[in-house]
Amino acid sequence: MTPSLHLWLIPALPLIGASINAFFGRRFSRQAVAAIALVFCGGAFAWVLFVCARFSSLALPHSEFFAHWIRSVDFLVNFEFYLDQLTLVMLLVVTGVGFLIHIYSVGYMWEEGGFYRFFSYLNLFMFFMLTLVLAGNYLQMFIGWEGVGLASYLLIGFWFTKDSAASAGKKAFIVNRIGDFGFLIALFLMIKHFGSLNFAQLFSAIGRLPTESVGFGLLTSIGLLLMVGAAGKSAQIPLYVWLPDAMEGPTPVSALIHAATMVTAGVYMVARSHVIFDHAPNALTVVAIVGTLTAIFAATIGIAQTDIKKVLAYSTVSQLGYMFMACGVAAYSAGIFHLMTHAFFKGLLFLAAGSVIHAVGGEQDMRKMGGLKQYIPWTFLTMSVATFAIAGFWPLAGFFSKDEILWQAYSSPHGWAFWLIGVITAFITSFYMFRLWFMTFFGDYRRRTSDAHAQSAHGHGDHGHGDPHESPMVMLVPLVILAVLSFCGGWVATGGWFEHFLSPVFEGGKPESVLQGPVDVPNHSTEYLLMAISLGAAALGLYLAYVLYYKRRDLPQKIADTLGGFYETVVHKYYVDEIYAVLFVKPLVDGSTRILWRGVDQGVIDAAINDAADGANHVSDAARHMQSGNLRSYAGWIAAGGAVVIAYMIWMGVR
Amino acid sequence: MVPVSYYLVLSGILFSCGVVGFLIKRNIITIFMSIELMLNGVNLSFVAFAAHWGHLSGQVFVFFVMVVAAAEAAVGLAIIIAVYRTRETLNVDQVNLLKL
Repeated sequence: MTPSLHLWLIPALPLIGASINAFFGRRFSRQAVAAIALVFCGGAFAWVLFVCARFSSLALPHSEFFAHWIRSVDFLVNFEFYLDQLTLVMLLVVTGVGFLIHIYSVGYMWEEGGFYRFFSYLNLFMFFMLTLVLAGNYLQMFIGWEGVGLASYLLIGFWFTKDSAASAGKKAFIVNRIGDFGFLIALFLMIKHFGSLNFAQLFSAIGRLPTESVGFGLLTSIGLLLMVGAAGKSAQIPLYVWLPDAMEGPTPVSALIHAATMVTAGVYMVARSHVIFDHAPNALTVVAIVGTLTAIFAATIGIAQTDIKKVLAYSTVSQLGYMFMACGVAAYSAGIFHLMTHAFFKGLLFLAAGSVIHAVGGEQDMRKMGGLKQYIPWTFLTMSVATFAIAGFWPLAGFFSKDEILWQAYSSPHGWAFWLIGVITAFITSFYMFRLWFMTFFGDYRRRTSDAHAQSAHGHGDHGHGDPHESPMVMLVPLVILAVLSFCGGWVATGGWFEHFLSPVFEGGKPESVLQGPVDVPNHSTEYLLMAISLGAAALGLYLAYVLYYKRRDLPQKIADTLGGFYETVVHKYYVDEIYAVLFVKPLVDGSTRILWRGVDQGVIDAAINDAADGANHVSDAARHMQSGNLRSYAGWIAAGGAVVIAYMIWMGVR
Repeated sequence: MVPVSYYLVLSGILFSCGVVGFLIKRNIITIFMSIELMLNGVNLSFVAFAAHWGHLSGQVFVFFVMVVAAAEAAVGLAIIIAVYRTRETLNVDQVNLLKL
């Protein structure tokens, strides 16, 4: 019996922080609100570090019972916490990056209204995310799953007086709901066929089943439905549309929720359910295809975006596609590894972008930036690290994880197609990231007005018109820490350490056929060749961006003119939003308006109530006239009534 | 001995006079008296049957009716005075608002 680690503290601490700020934060000073949020979030991080220190002495998987929840005959659901290597990695990423972003937010949100509200939501998000990660069964995971959706909705719509922010929040919530529907059906199927949602029981039961290599069986259905859920939460085709719109939220939110943690919940869920997917190769293939398509699809959209956050949003969608591709070729540890490094460099990219936006007074259009290198050197430096990391340059974090995924994809059966698309995506990623880099930091500052020189003497005073100014220390420190992590984060994979660390999680419950592994393992020279190719792709992207956005500024416009219609299509994101609007939104709205609202609600329900009221009204109106107030007419009625009674008695005979 | 049917016919005539007066008269005092007439018409039939069957209960009933009629007369006359003070009329057709 291993000693209790009080794992419940990890989610509980942010919840306490959220509650204090939500209920009393309005009366506190900004300093107090920030201190409460940071203490409770940092407390969770500290507790995770404590768990980390005790980790090697634990019998894994370590599970802690907290309370009974549902007890119905032989169906049991408890509040329980489940700790293994995968959970630990996720805990470290969520609390570590989360804590850094909390610190950053103090600086970023200092001037904004609703300061206490923001930190309350942020802590609430941490609570739900940690619940999701620590859950010992699918239902508890689902609480966290829904909860992070709620926190995401609240934070996207943080500036709710802005119409676009409010509707972006709604869009995120509704699109996620479609995915959650699939997740729920998968849970129902599990309950029906296995009678349990507990990870340990469920996976041991599934482990005894044969692999469904052909056809469309139970496990394939569960796997595909889980994938629908994951596609909603992690913004995969066809449910990715909410993520770019989610950039309406404050930038730290984009960094925390829509880049580093929440959107990776789908990847975590697929990795956690690896036993199901291992037994359903067809579902796994779907995961790989969806991931690969999303990766390249989103990357191409990223090329033509001009809003700095939108570029990063599409980049996130694309990188999430990479993670699903990794999971889809059963390289779960590579997927989780990329999840971790991505949390570092994408979190950093967003925070640095926030710092840029802060510097230029709220401007997000890259065409109006440029030449910022000299004004905000620290932001430039950290953002450069992140850009090189995501582009996949050695020895930064992105290189190791991306290379691992491409290598695993290549060595899987029929993997060369995934590999090829992956490499092309890596090239496009490198290109659009360096496009952003060159447009933002090099050349001349294009937003400067003619009289800016006169104002630049005063420096920081006037937002937007004066020279761009560097962010305060409280924002720069997290940037630097994340930059160090983006630089070194990949080194944990050297010698296969990371994969080895996670292997107990992913080896368990695998069917025999998978354990044997690929028959002809490609040798090391192939691996180095592939590495060289992906490095070459990244370098090519850098070079192309250098030519187009530094050397020959006139070329991009010419290329766009040449491409004409295709360029337009990409700028409009392949018109996916418009297609969805025509295919799903408009029929639903019209149907609801015509049939459900005007037809059923107004025509049947309202009509029934109104007609009943009208009928009563008419009857009463007729009866009202009998009560004239005229005494003699009353007397007449009484006499008539008496006469009727007497006549009746005479006719029927008196007893 | 006068047969009981005579009394009943007289009682019916008295009651009918009361009903007709109640229906056609406009003066409240007259209507009030018509009510008394109806009550007494019924009283007559009560005592007639009591004498016929040798039962006391009919006579006891008549006492009840007389007590109620006295109480009603007191209240009713008070109402009539109140109505006259506010409306300055005793015509029921002009007292039809059910409020003051």
